[in-house]
Amino acid sequence: MNHITTISKATLLESVGKGGCGECQTSCQSACKTSCTVANQECENK
Amino acid sequence: MIHKYQHGNIMLVLDVYSGAVHIVDSIVYDIIDSYKELSSEEIIFKLKDKYNKNEIAEAIKEIEILEKEGLLFTKDYYEDYTLDNRDTVIKALCIHIAHDCNIRCKYCFASQGDFQGARTLMSEEVGIKAIDFLLENSGNRKNLEIDFFGGEPLLNFEVVKKIVEYGRSKEKQNNKKFRFTLTTNGVMLNEQNIQYINKYIDNVVLSIDGRKKVNDNMRYTQNGDGTYDIIVPKIKKLIESRQEKNYYVRGTFTRDYLDFSQDVLHLADLGFKNTSIEPVVTDPQNLYSIREEDLPVIFDQYDILAEEYMSRYNENRFNFFHFQVDLNQGPCFAKRISGCGAGLEYLAITPEGDIFPCHQFVGQKEFLMGNLAESRFDKSIGISFSKAHVYNKSLCQQCWAKFYCSGGCHANAYHSNGDISQPYELGCKMEKKRIECSLGIQAKLFNGKDVK
Repeated sequence: MNHITTISKATLLESVGKGGCGECQTSCQSACKTSCTVANQECENK
Repeated sequence: MIHKYQHGNIMLVLDVYSGAVHIVDSIVYDIIDSYKELSSEEIIFKLKDKYNKNEIAEAIKEIEILEKEGLLFTKDYYEDYTLDNRDTVIKALCIHIAHDCNIRCKYCFASQGDFQGARTLMSEEVGIKAIDFLLENSGNRKNLEIDFFGGEPLLNFEVVKKIVEYGRSKEKQNNKKFRFTLTTNGVMLNEQNIQYINKYIDNVVLSIDGRKKVNDNMRYTQNGDGTYDIIVPKIKKLIESRQEKNYYVRGTFTRDYLDFSQDVLHLADLGFKNTSIEPVVTDPQNLYSIREEDLPVIFDQYDILAEEYMSRYNENRFNFFHFQVDLNQGPCFAKRISGCGAGLEYLAITPEGDIFPCHQFVGQKEFLMGNLAESRFDKSIGISFSKAHVYNKSLCQQCWAKFYCSGGCHANAYHSNGDISQPYELGCKMEKKRIECSLGIQAKLFNGKDVK
């Protein structure tokens, strides 16, 4: 492609299948304590 | 749904429902808004004076291909995916080991340590009950989290050690792994507790707001002296001897000093690699609360930080919590719409053993869920938290960022709007800016693959 570079594919849709094991870190617990970014949490069920 | 924006000289298009992220050129950037409304001919006619016709046609073709591949304009696949009334287990506790504090921070949401109650310390007995409670209610979940929080946890450090020892002794027989975090203001750190913390505590959150004038404006001792000079050498000592173990230095910015990028960079320059800085959460009546009119300055600050993040990237000495995003191995969909799990998977325990949905609801009687000493635990409050996910929040419906923020902080929503399902809009705006910056950084890293 000359006009578009895809840097991340359909990761959200793919994750529905494996989702919800809950082994990941609680998002608020790690550093922020007052906001709720989840996108920077690691999946522990890779 | 798509979201397009510019980060510096890079143009990005996010496809909300697939999670795809694209870097585009100016032709696609100009086409993408009208792509679904106009025919190819109409688009070409509209842009013919700005771009070559063949290039416009080629760009339209590329958008069509990505649409067919499910990477642009994808529909909402998840409307039927329900999280209401889901069966959850508890996996994390915020243990308020001390409702007392040795410093007096002006902005403290915990009423300077006591959470509007008596100044108390948790007993070993209550702490052990908290561990047992978590073991009993965590089902098959292996990874369990305990955050020692306050007040100031080092005021009750002997009980912290007893709880850690007890938790570790229970890991093997229960097939669990505890991850202990300790949040501290740093004032009481010394040779002995640093040694213990670095050996036994998995993550440490060290509170400092940045430059001396900024930190000391809000964080001072009972005598009114700033804490900066006390804590910096101690935090340095802890971090230098921590090796590869996790930590964050965590600050708060307020309206008093909105140039918080300088504080983050100051912390980085002190040698504190992992940083997090958050907007103050407080009553809007307070003069130092963040206002809508402050947003342009705040957005500029995030841009400055993003720029600096890139320029320091090769040095590997600067991690800003909100800029870390893994585009390929991030959290799953369930996590992205349910968020922190407060009231369900994550609870706070007070020194008296009272159970609340999270640390920010502690002391609010309408959110009291039970008491460990009395073996009372009422899950009914958790039901409203279970339903407070992005698909049940009207403000999130048309928001492109919902799968990155998971609908925002329940406590911020409640404290600003009296309803955990009504997000704190000012917080949303800042969160969206942080997400744009973090994805912009990923795009720049992708473009400059030579960056190592």
